[in-house]
Amino acid sequence: MNTRRPASAEPDRPIQPRRRFLKEMAGAAGGACLLSMGVGMIASEASARPATALRPPGALAEPDFLAACVRCGLCVRDCPFDTLKLAELGDNVATGTPYFDARAVPCEMCEDIPCVAACPTAALDRDLTDIGQARMGLAVLIDQETCLNFLGLRCDVCYRVCPVIDKAITLELVHNPRSDRHAMLLPTVHSDACTGCGKCEHACVLPEAAIKVLPHRLAQGKSAAHYRKGWEEKERAGGSLIGEQTQLPMRGLEDRNYGDTRVAPDYRPATPDGGLDSGWKP
Amino acid sequence: MSAAAGTERPMRSRRPAIERPGHEAVATKGWLRAHKWLLMRRLSQALILAAFLAGPWLGLWIVKGNLSSSLTLDFLPLTDPYLLLQSIAAGQWPYREALLGAGIVLAFYLLAGGRVYCSWVCPMNIVTDAAAWLRRRLGLKGGKVPSAHTRYWLLGLTLIAAAATGSLAWEWVNPVSMLHRGLIFGFGLSWGIVLAVFLYDLLIASRGWCGHVCPMGAFYGLLGSRSLLRVSAGRRTECNDCMDCFAVCPEPQVIRPALKAAGQSHPLILDKDCTNCGRCIDVCSKNVFRLTTRIDRSES
Repeated sequence: MNTRRPASAEPDRPIQPRRRFLKEMAGAAGGACLLSMGVGMIASEASARPATALRPPGALAEPDFLAACVRCGLCVRDCPFDTLKLAELGDNVATGTPYFDARAVPCEMCEDIPCVAACPTAALDRDLTDIGQARMGLAVLIDQETCLNFLGLRCDVCYRVCPVIDKAITLELVHNPRSDRHAMLLPTVHSDACTGCGKCEHACVLPEAAIKVLPHRLAQGKSAAHYRKGWEEKERAGGSLIGEQTQLPMRGLEDRNYGDTRVAPDYRPATPDGGLDSGWKP
Repeated sequence: MSAAAGTERPMRSRRPAIERPGHEAVATKGWLRAHKWLLMRRLSQALILAAFLAGPWLGLWIVKGNLSSSLTLDFLPLTDPYLLLQSIAAGQWPYREALLGAGIVLAFYLLAGGRVYCSWVCPMNIVTDAAAWLRRRLGLKGGKVPSAHTRYWLLGLTLIAAAATGSLAWEWVNPVSMLHRGLIFGFGLSWGIVLAVFLYDLLIASRGWCGHVCPMGAFYGLLGSRSLLRVSAGRRTECNDCMDCFAVCPEPQVIRPALKAAGQSHPLILDKDCTNCGRCIDVCSKNVFRLTTRIDRSES
């Protein structure tokens, strides 16, 4: 009893400050909780970036990049072509992170990759030593309706400016079904060589580029892991995996190759009077 | 507002010290000596900013990057340890430069006092000091000040948010890094967040941002809790209770234990919240305060 007396003599003193302290702490914790939860939600919501905003070469996959990049801008400073810029609030790219818009200024693919060398935090991976191995995005000839080469002209600008010409972009010769007598040389991008530098998108002569560099996530599909291509398997195995197939004779086609079902294999179209064989020589 | 201004008028005539602290110090020491530390602090803030801006504005690349991470004279890496901690919490291990840079910064603030960053380096200090000054001059009272513990909770939660979202969640809104980056690389809309901090400090919470909310300040405060450099109320026997130091101090609660020997016998301000800004040294007409080390417990 004696030991408890001082406490009962001043019943409010030790309790009130503690209660106020607890209340204050709860308020502080609650407020901080709310604020940081809001921030966390903004962060996960806003981590989607516009497809045209490309990351510098060697950038980690986007979620890892957002964790590793400290928004210092050293890569921007060491970019000799002012390609890279830091996202400002309102650019819809994580604030303070580096990106470039290929249509405005494409990546010039410096051989010494100064932006990667400048990054102190491994957001840009130094394992990338050959800029040819960079995968900033993938060029896609996205609009075949306006592309001049698809219209049968020889624009070829995207092909000509490509730093990996004839590997990343080739011109594929295709019959022009509209005129029925010309060829179309179609710019065709190959994902195994395209670095996503964006020079093709930058150079496209149209008011809105018909070829655009997109993030791989948008530009590419993904084959299911169990899919096999018969012709590749056959080549690897050195022959058909399922043995020779029984080939049933087809009435009327006995002396033809298997699968040749043309009605008249010897047919040649009649030579027209003008056109291709008009006899005109330059 | 008009009612508040009405009650303010007689207050002003009775206690001019609250609105014009340092008046007496200017009268006894002269304007320059009564603003010595403030001027040195503004000079430090301006020079640091100038070093960063000389590159983009004049092409003189003294420092590249920003306060988050920088490279001085192509040689000295400096990295904000709080930012790096968030990055590590988010699951990323940086390169050696960043770790070395953070180590150098850590070592400096461990010695100089963590919140030296707040008062001598951070560009937000100019904004919140301006808000505090204006609030004092306009005689604005009231508002709602959150608990000073909020920043420590927020510090912990920003790290948890980084780990949970796997990204630098706080950097989406961090007004401090946004202001410095904005000054150097362009603001976008982030000036709005800086304005929000100014208005918050001016209208809602006196010294609200730096003194109660900012988790960066909390981090640097914890960092410098055992720092060598400290302010001492060495000549506290001279104190005439004019309250000027309390009026200008951004963390007024740190003064009392040292000045009034409340809960301690020595005159050193050892509270981790003290920013070593030296404004108390300026405004004291009795020269009570001085900047010294934590070993120096002498009175006189």
